[in-house]
Amino acid sequence: MNPAITLIDVTAGYDSTIVFTHLSLNIHAGQFAGIVGPTGCGKTTLLKTILGVQPVLSGEVLLNTQPVNSVPGKKIGYVPQLESVDWSFPVTVEEVILMGLYTNKCSLPWQSREERERVHELAEKLGIYNCLHQHIAHTSGGQRQRAFLARALINNPQFLVLDEPTSGVDIKTQHEVLHLLGDINSQGMTILLTTHDLNAVASHLPWVICFNNGVVAEGRPGDIFTNEILAKTYGSEIVIIKHGEYYLIANSTPLKLNHNP
Amino acid sequence: MQFLLEPLDYAFFRHGLLAAVMVGALCGLIGVHVVLRGMSYVGHGLSHAAFGGAVIGFVFSFNYYVGAGAMGLLAALLINQMTKNRKIKSDAAIGIVTTAMFALGVVIISQQRTLNRSLDSALFGNILGITGYDLIIIGLVTAATMVAMFFLYRPLLFSTFDNEAAKIFGIKTEAVQLIFALLLTLSIIVSMNIVGVTMIAATLIMPAMTARMMTDSFSTMQLYSIAVGALIGAGGMYLSYAFDIASGATIVLFGALIFCFAVLIRHIREKRMLHANMHRHGNLIHSHPRDNRRDIQNDADEASIKK
Repeated sequence: MNPAITLIDVTAGYDSTIVFTHLSLNIHAGQFAGIVGPTGCGKTTLLKTILGVQPVLSGEVLLNTQPVNSVPGKKIGYVPQLESVDWSFPVTVEEVILMGLYTNKCSLPWQSREERERVHELAEKLGIYNCLHQHIAHTSGGQRQRAFLARALINNPQFLVLDEPTSGVDIKTQHEVLHLLGDINSQGMTILLTTHDLNAVASHLPWVICFNNGVVAEGRPGDIFTNEILAKTYGSEIVIIKHGEYYLIANSTPLKLNHNP
Repeated sequence: MQFLLEPLDYAFFRHGLLAAVMVGALCGLIGVHVVLRGMSYVGHGLSHAAFGGAVIGFVFSFNYYVGAGAMGLLAALLINQMTKNRKIKSDAAIGIVTTAMFALGVVIISQQRTLNRSLDSALFGNILGITGYDLIIIGLVTAATMVAMFFLYRPLLFSTFDNEAAKIFGIKTEAVQLIFALLLTLSIIVSMNIVGVTMIAATLIMPAMTARMMTDSFSTMQLYSIAVGALIGAGGMYLSYAFDIASGATIVLFGALIFCFAVLIRHIREKRMLHANMHRHGNLIHSHPRDNRRDIQNDADEASIKK
């Protein structure tokens, strides 16, 4: 398989804090991979490094064998964490999707007919056509996630990067979003996401990267979700229950209450 | 009608009215980004820095606009540079830079022991003293800002909404930020003679917030804010003439009144919507925060996603 995203001996960090050192990683074309790890382990820094907005201290990040910052019109679609979005901002779903087409060139504020058609076509495909003119805050969690996904997809990217797409939404929406991503991946799109939700990863993603200031292990969920690897990734014991093809990952030590109910 | 036409017989009123309408529209446009970027304090700060520059300009016999403009731009660049350091937040940078520049102006005034008329205008506003030269400067800045913001609408909107994502999508966010800071500084400098340093923040914030109460769409908010800013400028001028009170303060008070009215209208509208959506489940009467019919339609849409 051809590598789509390649990190070679990369060291990255902020100011005087190094987040990870000498990291090498390959994401192959057409892969659907999830990065899991505890809070503050450097997942978001890794994504930003891949996206080319986090300067690397040493090493190289390649996108289809070219340095990420030299790729013209980078062709990476990005979906931010929904929790970081300002929901009071006065934008409609349509305006959010259109942002994916914005460039630095001087252009007219209003959308062209071609742009409108592209927005409508994609919105229809993702099931958000009827809420295009609604304020973004007046939509459901699933519709919001789809709106940002549409913004990322409208420019026909080669790679899709999502930061915590399953956080802040209910189980039904999580399930829908991951299935939608699976469908997009089956059409050839390379997808990389971060998540805290091990159970969602175990049941939906074909490839997992356990990360804690560096790659602890990577592989298929069935091979990766072992007590040893998860304990090494999260720094605490984690119980894994296997039932047929399904995995359930739980906290190991139930909280013991001292008072009688 | 007579109430509207009579003041126009006076050149000072015509000049003042034109200046107030242009500055109102200008601040309305730029104020949308100021408010949405959470920079409401920056207007207040930059006007103080520009005042320091105006005083230095007066001492060294520069043109008022040159002194105020140079110091305002220097302040904007310094704030921009300081906020790149993750340990200094923008409100702290604004507080340090602009207050220091204002203090410099105050120190120079205390040494001179005199306050030039144009400095007095910058401090408290003197719309009735607006000259033809001032009108040309205000007109040029208003036109240039409107043209620049028209063509930069898309990168400005994206970087205001989500600066990090805009950067990832290839928008040159630092250049956009710098151009915006430049336009904001110029707008503040030309507006200082209208309402003065002490009240300029209000002219930036009130039209934008009034427009925000009226719409949930960014493009519509910009158009409304321009219109509301111009209306506040014109209305304030007429009220100032009718009641023979200070023009700058009247414009600000009229703006506050319009804002309160917009808040009231929105409140009534939301209440009506709440009542319209109220329904009963057994003994429980309740209302969904969103339009029910729309939600039901949306849920149906989600269920039939085209793969």
